[in-house]
Amino acid sequence: MSPPSLDRFRSRLAGTIREEPNPFGDAVFRAEPSDLRDVLRSLRDEHGFDLLLDVTAVDHLELPDSKPRFDVVYILRPSVGSERVRVQCRPPDEDLSLETVSDLWKAANWAEREVYDQYGVRFRNHPNLKRILNHKDFVGHPLRKDYDIKKQQWLSEPDDLMDEMRKLRGGAEGEESESVLLNIGPSHPAMHGALRALVDLEGETVRHTVPEIGYLHRGFEKSAEKGTYTHVIPFTDRLNYCSSVMNNVGYCRTIEKMLGIEPTPRAQTIRVVLLELGRIMDHLVSVAANLVDVGALTNYWYLFNERERIYDVIEALCGARLTHCYVRIGGLAHDLHAGFEEGVEGILRELPKALADVERLVARNRIFLDRVVGVGAITAEEAISHGFTGPCLRACGVPNDLRKDEPYYGYDGYDWNVIVGTRGDTYDRIWVRMEEMRESMRIVAQAMKKMPGGPVDVDDKRVSLPPKTEVYGNIEALMNHFMIIMEGIKPPAGECYGSIEAANGELGFFVVSDGTGKPYKVKVRPPCFYVFSAFPRLTEGGMIQDLIATLGSLNIIAGELDR
Amino acid sequence: MQQLLDRFIESRGWTGDWAIELVYFLGMLFFAVALLLVVVTPFTGIVSWAERRIAARMQSRVGPNRVGPQGILQWAADGLKCILKEDLIPEDADRILFTAAPYLVFCGLFGAFAVLPFSEHLVIADLDAGAFYVMAITSLVPLGIIMSGWASNNKWSLLGGMRSAAQIISYEIPAALSLLAVVLAAGTLSLQGIIRAQGWSPADWFLFRNPFLFTGFFYFFVANLAEGNRTPFDLPEAESELVAGYSTEYSGMRFAFFMLAEWANLYVVASVVNVAFLGGWNVPPIAEGVVLTILQMVVFAAKSLVLVFVIIWVRWTLPRLRVDQMMLLCWKYLVPLSFLNVLGTAVWMMIVPEGSAAGRVASWLLVLVGLSLSGLFGLRVRKNLKDADVGRLYLNPFS
Repeated sequence: MSPPSLDRFRSRLAGTIREEPNPFGDAVFRAEPSDLRDVLRSLRDEHGFDLLLDVTAVDHLELPDSKPRFDVVYILRPSVGSERVRVQCRPPDEDLSLETVSDLWKAANWAEREVYDQYGVRFRNHPNLKRILNHKDFVGHPLRKDYDIKKQQWLSEPDDLMDEMRKLRGGAEGEESESVLLNIGPSHPAMHGALRALVDLEGETVRHTVPEIGYLHRGFEKSAEKGTYTHVIPFTDRLNYCSSVMNNVGYCRTIEKMLGIEPTPRAQTIRVVLLELGRIMDHLVSVAANLVDVGALTNYWYLFNERERIYDVIEALCGARLTHCYVRIGGLAHDLHAGFEEGVEGILRELPKALADVERLVARNRIFLDRVVGVGAITAEEAISHGFTGPCLRACGVPNDLRKDEPYYGYDGYDWNVIVGTRGDTYDRIWVRMEEMRESMRIVAQAMKKMPGGPVDVDDKRVSLPPKTEVYGNIEALMNHFMIIMEGIKPPAGECYGSIEAANGELGFFVVSDGTGKPYKVKVRPPCFYVFSAFPRLTEGGMIQDLIATLGSLNIIAGELDR
Repeated sequence: MQQLLDRFIESRGWTGDWAIELVYFLGMLFFAVALLLVVVTPFTGIVSWAERRIAARMQSRVGPNRVGPQGILQWAADGLKCILKEDLIPEDADRILFTAAPYLVFCGLFGAFAVLPFSEHLVIADLDAGAFYVMAITSLVPLGIIMSGWASNNKWSLLGGMRSAAQIISYEIPAALSLLAVVLAAGTLSLQGIIRAQGWSPADWFLFRNPFLFTGFFYFFVANLAEGNRTPFDLPEAESELVAGYSTEYSGMRFAFFMLAEWANLYVVASVVNVAFLGGWNVPPIAEGVVLTILQMVVFAAKSLVLVFVIIWVRWTLPRLRVDQMMLLCWKYLVPLSFLNVLGTAVWMMIVPEGSAAGRVASWLLVLVGLSLSGLFGLRVRKNLKDADVGRLYLNPFS
């Protein structure tokens, strides 16, 4: 296959598909509902866009072009490469349904369920079109603009998931007594956060798995529409709470892209340091919890002590340990504090020791290897089809990393490597994370060394608050301050998708602006949503203990999974 | 005191006098119960505290250090808390089995203390079939665990109970076979007899008696770890998988019984290994009378506690096996090897008579092997410490 190229796609499909101008430079194509599948298949098979990043919809009810009302958005990307393309399609209002693409990409299965759940757009021939984030008895589609947010619904009956399980088990009703059904979670020590999997057991062997998510769904995307763009930043902290600064950066970078702002060199370098510290923290939690899951409890403290050390530094920086909320649109909350450099030096000095300790305990331990090698393995093709990104995809041998594919914040200026595995099993996922921590430390060391001086906020009246002395002494600055606080930052109207390489994979934000100070829509592309959709594939045929080891290595963070 | 104890301990026939028999019987019962309550319970409690402190040291934590000096009374506080807690029985549980299970587990392990010696003369009952008795009475434990797993009416407990049943019954075989080799060498089933067949010097221990017993020690130790549900075989109560396994639904005092049994088991396992392979209470003949008894007690306890430490150490170092790998290890490796051991020991005893010069040389050679193995281990640890660049070693356990 030739390398992915949008130009080729443009020339090929000229006439049958319309390219829409996008104020933010994204490649957006508009497809007719009847052509949609062909366009997407052509993009995947002939042009190398094999990774379906996200499917979402925009409710145009309050926008000028409200007919037809819904616009379904497919975001695609080649598994290795920087180009990104959006295909948008408006289903007719009277039917409100599109042909499913869940047979082209397995990732589309859950993504389309989410669109159905949140917007009520149906997908024809979808194998299992039911709600995914909201409760099964929920009435209405919450992300529609005319959904009454004050309407409270009392929902208490849990889903027994038997509709899906019966399909998987097959056979007549009477044959079911041979195997045992077991609910793992939502309250279970190994289900990090509130995840639930209904498994069909034969002895201890898992025959079928039906995962259920949504226990931590708190309507991030709906809440984001209620405040200004700045108000969303604290909400993003709660997405992946193990590395909240990465969510801050991902969101702010998208808004900055809409505003056409590039942060100052110092802000960029500080963001790189924090991003890599965040990645280290996330990987520490993931590896530590994974090792606990296979019973190697002691490693947990070795790794968590270092995590605490990073938390101490970040606490001194922004006053919070878990939800940092340090990044602002156009810069940072404030500059670094005086002891930051020493703190980072301490981390870089102590962390390698902890990693070496853990390696000595498990790297050549027969029991550990027996537990993780070959467990929960997935091939690269399947992983791409499921929409894997980040460490889980790299463990399959695909060098997919946005920091290399689409360098931002000067990532191409640092000397570091993309870590890949070979088998895509639990062992590779753990070890990719272990080695990535070492690479991240290299980046942090280099970034701290070259840390440029200067301000951390861009000099742009649209986003940066004027200094307080100005505000109290100067009517223009006072008004400017008032407008930013009261009305908010106003990106130009349009739709924009921005993403960064978060600890778990590609963290994308699809933001729609109507030109006012409040976001019209903020859609997150959480990396672990797609990773978790492959959970049945990864666990079926293994044992309960394999299921738990595999889950740990996927690093599913319920905050970002359920939003 | 010594004579008094001796008189009680001394095995005696039927005198025909009901009053004397009754006094003797009640006295023995009182002595046994007092020993269990006054010695064994605090002892297991302190072992539990030691385990938590040692684990904390290994994991760069502090561990319990509030109740009593260095937290040594933590077990009493925990026990008190468990007594005061509400005793909860799930609605759908099988009440009779549910309530009986913890006592069965408790009895199984505390029953083993009846034949465990403390010194040459200090033992509750020196049964002729002591080794057999230990294997038999500790078999009550899996029964209790299966009962609790079944009666809880909880799938997690049931899984834990089933794992436990499979595990303990499987590992009983290599454990019994390894012990059989020892019995073969000692010529008696009595635990005291087994100890008497060994001597105070390492060359006289069964561990170094012949190459088969030397390897048998490791099979026996591993099989005993598995029987005691200790890591890496702690599958029945795997906290990251089965919540708490068979004891998930238990609370209060019933839960405390399970925990008490777990730590009592630690000592039982260590003592049986000690008796069978490490020479038990044998000391050089340097004292007599009460001093000798005390010396023997100290030596026996020290050997057992070293083993207890090793078990704790293993627990906080190794990950957990998977259930099929656990069965694989037992049936494919341990069972055939321990059969080989019994056979090998018998053949060795035919070829190399006990006390012969060849036997002595073999023993000392094995001692050398053991020493060099420990030496290698020490070197390895030193290298790791050097690589880890830990700076200063904190050797004070209470620092």
